[in-house]
Amino acid sequence: MNVLDFIRKNADWCWLLTLEHIWIVALSVFLATLIAVPVGIVITRNEEIAKKVINTANILMTIPSIALFGIMLPILSLVGHGLGKVPAVIALVLYSQLPIIRNTYIAIKNVPPELVDAGRGLGMSNWRRLKEIEIPLAIPVIIAGLRTAVVMSIGIAAIAAYIGAGGLGVLIQQGIMRVYEEMIVSGAILVALLAIFVDAAMALLENFVTPKGIKIGRKLGQ
Amino acid sequence: MNEVFGKAYHFFLIVILIGAGVLIERSGLVKYLSDPYEAYYTISLLKQHLWMVAVSMAMATVLGLSVGIIFTRPKFEKYAGIIMYIVGLGQTIPSLAVIALAMSFLGIGFKPAIFALFVYSILPIARNTLAGITAVPPWIIDAARGMGMSNARILFQVEIPNAMKVILTGFRVSLVINIGTAALAFLIGAGGLGEHIFIGIDLMRPDKLLAGAIPTTLLALLADYLCELLGFLIISKGLRLEQEV
Repeated sequence: MNVLDFIRKNADWCWLLTLEHIWIVALSVFLATLIAVPVGIVITRNEEIAKKVINTANILMTIPSIALFGIMLPILSLVGHGLGKVPAVIALVLYSQLPIIRNTYIAIKNVPPELVDAGRGLGMSNWRRLKEIEIPLAIPVIIAGLRTAVVMSIGIAAIAAYIGAGGLGVLIQQGIMRVYEEMIVSGAILVALLAIFVDAAMALLENFVTPKGIKIGRKLGQ
Repeated sequence: MNEVFGKAYHFFLIVILIGAGVLIERSGLVKYLSDPYEAYYTISLLKQHLWMVAVSMAMATVLGLSVGIIFTRPKFEKYAGIIMYIVGLGQTIPSLAVIALAMSFLGIGFKPAIFALFVYSILPIARNTLAGITAVPPWIIDAARGMGMSNARILFQVEIPNAMKVILTGFRVSLVINIGTAALAFLIGAGGLGEHIFIGIDLMRPDKLLAGAIPTTLLALLADYLCELLGFLIISKGLRLEQEV
């Protein structure tokens, strides 16, 4: 099996598919973040609503990805977007809700109340307290949620090749159709590598955005 | 505020139900399923799907639990970190890639599909078993030892029951992922409900597509719900009470 040969010969195409894959995932996680982080912050003010929102996101997460594509296809066909990138991005946005909302919610809930009180004592407004105390303390956990969402999205985007969204799944899809082993394996390996690589990069980002004070606190705690 | 939200939530649920009804009727799913041959065929696909999930989950549960238990024993504890790392890395690999790799090494058919599902399902179970048993408070184990329990009894009567909630979560995640991934097994010739979905997409036939997609979704939701019920059966009462308090 000459997987490396295949990748070298089709380097341009593989590169293009990788970029397409990254583009789909980046766009959908960006959109998901825009929705999920504010929702996660708002629901910390009300337990009842938080429970319902997280349960709904949980149910969404339980739906198998290919089944969700299937269910959305006839609905989105009505507006002419049954196949292609649109349903893929919508599905990825829906799937990314749970990890991001849950992590944001938990992170903000876990900010020590004495710190919030201290902020109040300093005369900070609600908005400033959120901006200067709660979010900086919560951001490592929020990024961890994003990390889960991104890695999961990379996997689901590979399946989205079957509804014509493009990306590295195309290599697997066409490889299976042509029984072209090198193509299948190179597709699988590239997707796996992309996921592992992005996971590592997000771990670094997580470390990078953690405020210095928290890191020192952790070290002293140990 | 809460009341308004509750009403909106109910309204939202009702709209979704009505929408689903309209979708099912409009796409011709009812007609498709009332054809006796097609209905029979769908049921046989469902059976295939369930069989695949059951076999791979049974094997994965046994292996995942044993891996989790072995690497929390004092003798092998030092390798636990490495195992966690490998499992975490394995979980980032997309399901389609695992299925595709299984096909390229084992060929097409039922066996490679079950193998791929099995390998993919071990990870969450092993990880949660490891994490759950590690998180059992040491003073509880000390108390058990002080009562003169043997190591085996400590494992079965103290560590596992205390870790059961986390283990069950791992099992649930694994089961739901397994059901979703089994739908992809059609691609390597193992049948299952994925057959309806993929052929439905290729032929642009919403009725066939939904006949696969809706049962798969319901199956996953049902499995999730049943695992929650299972929790009431096998998590000890004391732990549940403690949580409520």
